[in-house]
Amino acid sequence: MAEKFDVIVVGAGMAGNAAAYTLAKAGVNVLQIERGEYAGSKNVQGGILYAQAVEALIPEFRESAPLERHIIEQRIWVLNDKSYIGTHFRSDNFNEERPNRYTLVRAQFDKWLNGEVKKAGATVITETTVLELLKDETGKVNGVRCDRENGEVRADCVILCDGVNALVGSRSGVRKEINSKEVALAVKEMHFLPRDVINERFNIQESEGVVIEILGTVTEGMLGTGFIYTNGESLSVGIGVIVSDLMKNRINPSTLLEKMKSHPSVAPLLKGSEVKEYSAHLLPEGGYDSVPELSGNGWMVCGDSAHLLNAIHREGSNMALTSGRLAAETYLELRDKGQPINAENLKKYNQKLENSFVLKDLKKYRRMPHIMLENKQFVTMYPDLLAGAAETLLRVDGVDKKTKEKKITKDFRSARGIFGLVGDAFKLVRAWR
Amino acid sequence: MTQTQSQKIEEKLYQNRYRVEEGKPHITIVPEKATAQELKMMAAICPAACYEETENGKVEIIPDGCLECGTCRVVCQGTGSLTWNYPSGGYGILFKFG
Repeated sequence: MAEKFDVIVVGAGMAGNAAAYTLAKAGVNVLQIERGEYAGSKNVQGGILYAQAVEALIPEFRESAPLERHIIEQRIWVLNDKSYIGTHFRSDNFNEERPNRYTLVRAQFDKWLNGEVKKAGATVITETTVLELLKDETGKVNGVRCDRENGEVRADCVILCDGVNALVGSRSGVRKEINSKEVALAVKEMHFLPRDVINERFNIQESEGVVIEILGTVTEGMLGTGFIYTNGESLSVGIGVIVSDLMKNRINPSTLLEKMKSHPSVAPLLKGSEVKEYSAHLLPEGGYDSVPELSGNGWMVCGDSAHLLNAIHREGSNMALTSGRLAAETYLELRDKGQPINAENLKKYNQKLENSFVLKDLKKYRRMPHIMLENKQFVTMYPDLLAGAAETLLRVDGVDKKTKEKKITKDFRSARGIFGLVGDAFKLVRAWR
Repeated sequence: MTQTQSQKIEEKLYQNRYRVEEGKPHITIVPEKATAQELKMMAAICPAACYEETENGKVEIIPDGCLECGTCRVVCQGTGSLTWNYPSGGYGILFKFG
């Protein structure tokens, strides 16, 4: 490949497709390189899609994108072994003309979005793995090397959207490696059921959807969450735990998933389903303090590869789409002004992210990953205390309510101590602000 | 008979589609580091059960069922016990749903 491109985009996930689409639409000579057989074949997501981030690229995406269900109800369950206690929020306001959140089947969505990228005029090559960045004699990045014969391709700018493992950047010496405390390992199964069975079990109609986020003893005291998302004719069922906790406890995440599936509150939802795929994926959950250098001399990094994920709100795809688009817009601005693609000018991409919800939200919760890692009581002790309190209050057994309240207070105090309780409340409030 | 953890995982992997590049595993163990603690951790936590600790305390890997999550790469980082690359373009796991 002797041809030279304006921009090379590494990867065809959310970030890569957003970047390549934005560039191609503006007439840039862009090459997108994907290691999978087709865009999407290597990509895994829960997954929830946030419409705003797609609309910013393709306002009429709802007409052609493969969307599963629009979400009208969010459940948060705190599980102990026998119970769950939780909050549900459901609103008919989410049944709107342009719904806000959708469930998606990631491989199919990426295939569609990459089709739009091709239609916009980008050159897309698949089945090709990018190995490292190429640099000129001044150290400026000016291309990539792929696992093909004569696999060197040149460009003025490289946008790295190569996913959470971010091998291209770290092997080219432009970024630090990820570590086991800042990534979660999630496993997921696709459970197929007829549409009307899903609708009945989840109390929904037509293409309405429900998401359930699960905390508690299903993670065996480790930091993590489970989830059940309703797709059109399947349920995405998964669980993720921070890798350093898995290392300490030597528990396989698939064992946790089996345990969650057999929980008395979960099993009836899955009954009779046919499992058609099993996947595993790392999630970058270190938050703001884990975000690497976002740009340098001739390159920018987006999406999971840039550790842009809000673990508290389960937002990742929107951050990937937005960062990919902003990287492309940065390039376009420099091109239009005739300014060189160097480290100083590409800092504009960092500023764009700082000014957007992407880094604002990560900054807001920057303490949260550290606090959760160091205070396991939030996932070990509190689920049992909360479930115990609820059961004590609800069970009518001749004991007066004041005695019941005293018992609950005593349970909490003997479990954590008064200072522990106040301290935990303080930590959470402080991390939330 | 109750199934072992790796048998259960193997059953799950049957649902998946793979294109395996014969004779070119994308992850290999460095022989002289095959007893590393981190590799033994992987025998417990690899979601595709690719790692197995043998009777002599050494860990072996067969990455045919690998889901390409990268966990072993992160866990074994800095130990020199693993060579890790993505499969050649087009090979490895092929997610239909992802």
